Amino acid sequence: MMGVMQDAAGAVVAFEHVTKRYGGPDAPSAVTDLTLTIPAGEICVLVGPSGCGKTTSMKMVNRLIEPTSGRITIGGDDVMSLPAVELRRRIGYVIQQVGLFPHLTIGDNVSVVPRLLRWKPNRVRERTEELLELVGLEPGDYRSRYPYELSGGERQRVGVARALAADPPVMLMDEPFGAVDPIRRERLQNEFLRLQEQVRKTIIFVTHDVDEAIKMGDRIAILQRGGILAQYDTPSAILANPASEFVERFVGADRGLKRLSLARVRDLEHIEPVVVHAGEDRAEVRKRLDRVDDLAYALLVDEAGRPLGWIDQHDLRGSGPIDHGAATPGAPTVEPESTLRDALSAMLSSSVQLGVVVDGRDRVVGLVSVDAISEALRAPVRAADGQLHAVDGAARAAGETAAG
Amino acid sequence: MDLAWLGRNVDELALRTLDHVVMTVLAIGIGSAISFGLALLIRRRRSLQGPIMAVSGTLYAIPSLALFAILIPFTGPQSLLAAEIALVSYTILILVRNFLAGFDGVSPDVLEAAAGMGLSPSQRLWKVELPIALPIIVAGMRIATVTVIGLVTVTALIGLGGLVYVIIELVYRRFNLTATLAGTVGAILLAVLADRAFVLLQRALTPWVATRRTAT
Repeated sequence: MMGVMQDAAGAVVAFEHVTKRYGGPDAPSAVTDLTLTIPAGEICVLVGPSGCGKTTSMKMVNRLIEPTSGRITIGGDDVMSLPAVELRRRIGYVIQQVGLFPHLTIGDNVSVVPRLLRWKPNRVRERTEELLELVGLEPGDYRSRYPYELSGGERQRVGVARALAADPPVMLMDEPFGAVDPIRRERLQNEFLRLQEQVRKTIIFVTHDVDEAIKMGDRIAILQRGGILAQYDTPSAILANPASEFVERFVGADRGLKRLSLARVRDLEHIEPVVVHAGEDRAEVRKRLDRVDDLAYALLVDEAGRPLGWIDQHDLRGSGPIDHGAATPGAPTVEPESTLRDALSAMLSSSVQLGVVVDGRDRVVGLVSVDAISEALRAPVRAADGQLHAVDGAARAAGETAAG
Repeated sequence: MDLAWLGRNVDELALRTLDHVVMTVLAIGIGSAISFGLALLIRRRRSLQGPIMAVSGTLYAIPSLALFAILIPFTGPQSLLAAEIALVSYTILILVRNFLAGFDGVSPDVLEAAAGMGLSPSQRLWKVELPIALPIIVAGMRIATVTVIGLVTVTALIGLGGLVYVIIELVYRRFNLTATLAGTVGAILLAVLADRAFVLLQRALTPWVATRRTAT
């Protein structure tokens, strides 16, 4: 039996020569002889163009689709060894449209599986509170509300909490962030990565978006039409050394730029911002700002430490207190988990090319600059160059060493 | 108006009201059970939808008086069975339609999530599909109930008729305005009350329907 209150770590998931064919033996396969092993506690992203069998492959794990041949094991046990309904209660399942039950409260939605498993009411209640807190929804506020009262992002978080409810070692996620707008998607991805640091599940994550795959995956399985595995490796290895022309085309011509998705904001050295609160004296702030060489702007924050906007020299002329509306709004915020690519894109779209790094509660923890990003890129770019030469030229072995 | 008459006949009126309610509840109960079964059947085999809807549509089209006339030779006069066969027949078209619309209204995402989380087919039906379909099903019951309350009055012609029995029986002997009013107003009140009761029932059963908040 699985552990319950302590989050159980993930289990190894293995596909062994799995084939799925709809129709007779002559029908084309949706998935062809798929063999891959996902290490416990890792996120494996299945990615590929539509019709590549990525969703079919995922759904064979919880037997929403049954394979034609081959077998799938979780922690060494064949998924066919349990009745489908019992198997599914041990595997978390998150889908794009979330599929919350509209007639149940958030609390009841989260506790569906524990109640199916006949947990004691006390334990169900505790677990529900714990999970809502885990996904950042205050239980007191949310427990008794209905899904229609929530935003898309909040619903998706409830969906994740619901999938984690019975503490399954494995989670299946089918384009979980596909239905939210790009900015919220970025935040949900970051939140999910923080969550995964804590829960360490084995996750099979389906997406059609290469950038999302690079960001979320510890490993990426690229599938091509007919469910043929084109490459299965870490994101950096795939970017550095695409196994085939198909992978190269699928990953895109801007592989160099995509490498920006491999590094995170937390990998950069942060700049200490000059933080200002409403009511501080302008002359004082001017003095503080002058003492810092490489900053032309101070950052106005609210009482909770959340950024309001930039204050420049112009706003600081004369004396007297700084008021709330003084700041130029629109300081781009990034999170430690944001990829450099997302951070760069956010920063380039604003007039001040500095990113404000905020934590999960939106509090300022530092600044990053465009310069710092290009600085950080220098080393990986050189490696990528070496690799490109290796692929083009004769020094293949040398290149492969460089890729490692 | 003859208040003394009302006083003397209060027991009779109460009895006939009860009859009216019982006949209606029976018809709606049996009609719902049959319609639920038919809707499940159609869900399993969609090809049955056409034939089932055609038959229930035909039943609905038979004039009620004619239907009683057909049934009486088999069941005898004053037969509750004849009355209920007719009343139930009229509910089926409305109820099957609403059961189906209710089930069809359940989002495929919800069904997929339910299956993926490990609800068995019967748990999906009773814990997910039926509750989500409930507002539309109850809406169908509301229309069917008001219709049946009206149709029960027609059964007066085969010796039943609930409240309207009062009119027929007494007025045949000698016209009595009070009796006529009591029967008519009673039947109308019953229909209006049932209608309101369903609105309240629906709200109580579905606190999760988004439109409710804006409606109140």
